Amino acid sequence: MPNSLPTSSVGFLHSVGIVTPQIIHFSEPLLLACGRTLHNYQLVYETYGALNANHSNAVLICHALSGHHHAAGFHSANDKRPGWWDAYIGPGKPIDTNKFFVVALNNIGGCHGSTGPASINPETGKAWGPDFPKLRVRDWVATQARLADALGINTWAAVIGGSLGGMQAMRWALEYPTRVRHCVVIASALKLSAQNIAFNETARQAIMSDPNFKEGRYLELNTLPRDGLAVARMIGHITYLSDFAMGEKFGRDLRKGSFDLGSDAPVEFQIESYLRHQGDSFANSFDANSYLLITKALDYFDLAREYGDDAVAAFKLAQAKFLVISFTTDWRFAPERSHEIVNALVGANKAVTYAEIESQFGHDAFLLPDQRYQQVFARYLNGVSESCV
Amino acid sequence: MRIDLNEIQHWIKQDSCILDLGCGDGTLLKFLIDTKQVKGYGLEIDAEQINLCIDKGLNVIEQNLDRGLGNFADNSFDTVLMTQALQTLHFPHKVLEEMLRVGKECIVTFPNFGHWKARYYLATRGRMPVSDLLPYEWYNTPNIHFCTFNDFEVLCREMKIKVIHREVVNEVSGQFLKDAMPNLFGETAIYHLSK
Repeated sequence: MPNSLPTSSVGFLHSVGIVTPQIIHFSEPLLLACGRTLHNYQLVYETYGALNANHSNAVLICHALSGHHHAAGFHSANDKRPGWWDAYIGPGKPIDTNKFFVVALNNIGGCHGSTGPASINPETGKAWGPDFPKLRVRDWVATQARLADALGINTWAAVIGGSLGGMQAMRWALEYPTRVRHCVVIASALKLSAQNIAFNETARQAIMSDPNFKEGRYLELNTLPRDGLAVARMIGHITYLSDFAMGEKFGRDLRKGSFDLGSDAPVEFQIESYLRHQGDSFANSFDANSYLLITKALDYFDLAREYGDDAVAAFKLAQAKFLVISFTTDWRFAPERSHEIVNALVGANKAVTYAEIESQFGHDAFLLPDQRYQQVFARYLNGVSESCV
Repeated sequence: MRIDLNEIQHWIKQDSCILDLGCGDGTLLKFLIDTKQVKGYGLEIDAEQINLCIDKGLNVIEQNLDRGLGNFADNSFDTVLMTQALQTLHFPHKVLEEMLRVGKECIVTFPNFGHWKARYYLATRGRMPVSDLLPYEWYNTPNIHFCTFNDFEVLCREMKIKVIHREVVNEVSGQFLKDAMPNLFGETAIYHLSK
């Protein structure tokens, strides 16, 4: 590991170091759940650790709404921040790269290098924009299976995901039962609640009502619906935090102005400024059509729909062992949603371990360092690695 | 292994399906998997104990027994076990009722608060008994619902629970006396129950 790496970063000692994304092209047509076919597409992905001789130690990381392929390590020595799940992926970390070959990709429909609405549609020579096919979670799983084939991975030691990523992990266990030995489902759900869909729709309306949205053809018209996307992110961000976490971090602290009598200087709360910053930086790095597409996929997901709305019947197909984790203050994917997963697995007589982590940080807890979460995760995966022969 | 756990194995059938309530570090469940090839789950709320279960590769589910077993279907397990946890529950009788609903049979073990040492301690010192088996003070004990063997017998009668077997085991002393006067000399009770 070069000495010039940013040693100030938390836990760099246990970092996978500098990583380079790779791109893989697929030209075999992919029939999507919506009935349309994607003839050509590419996936961008990163790998950490080494594949063992029997190719039995591979772990797939499925990302959530705003995630991507850069899950761990740094892209350069000047990189200020590591990948989005660096707290959990690396040497000596729960997803231990000394033991596992970790694969993290950007899903199709995304906007970080895999084919998505911002990519050029070869048939028109213009950005796909709103014409990009609607996707469902199973489409992501199908492309992930092709990536596995290309990497020589017949069976994943574990498919792991939080939130929307957990939905992909569960879908894997049903679609390719013999290709998943362990399924780790964190802060996820069998399907979204009405309240969850409501938040997503509010976010989508924020994007679509931005005058620069232009029916989704903003790229052709050389503009961006930044304000709408920023508001969408702000709405999402509020729901990922808990009341407590926001109160602890910001309280009613002021960034500007005061409430002194006689003062009419504009007042700005810290939380306002923080949310705007989150919204603005997201609007600069995310594609609005991708946001619409991915939130729709979230809304449409219902693991048991095609199994007579019976999650027990659905899980009977699974052969994997499951680890399910939830967080006490997560109100977007509440512990009750994880109980539903666990109960269905028990009903189907499947192996399952469940931990409910006491955390103040709401849905975001699944990304943040937490001693108990790390212990449960590490100990479970240690057992998985011992079975990688 | 704790003496009550050793006794329990005789009542567990080969290849049966087990739910272990308050499974602790999973010692019993692991033992039954290894020796009787049972399948099953353990329920536990203590984080460190859950970790130890995970180390053993067991199916452990974090669940508070006082919230009931509503998530488990009627007769979905051959045997529902609960060792040394009855006295820690807020509603022991309700949990018993739930155990009998979920399991075809149940096995319950608990410490006998009618043991002579407890009686002697209370009688001579006038204070709540503290012993090696029950090392807590009254204010910090997780054991909030103590009963004697006789109390439990009365509860079984009231709830119309069928007692298939009853055993009294002592860790060290009083092997002979416990058979003659279990409620005075027995340390741990093991009940095998059904509806």
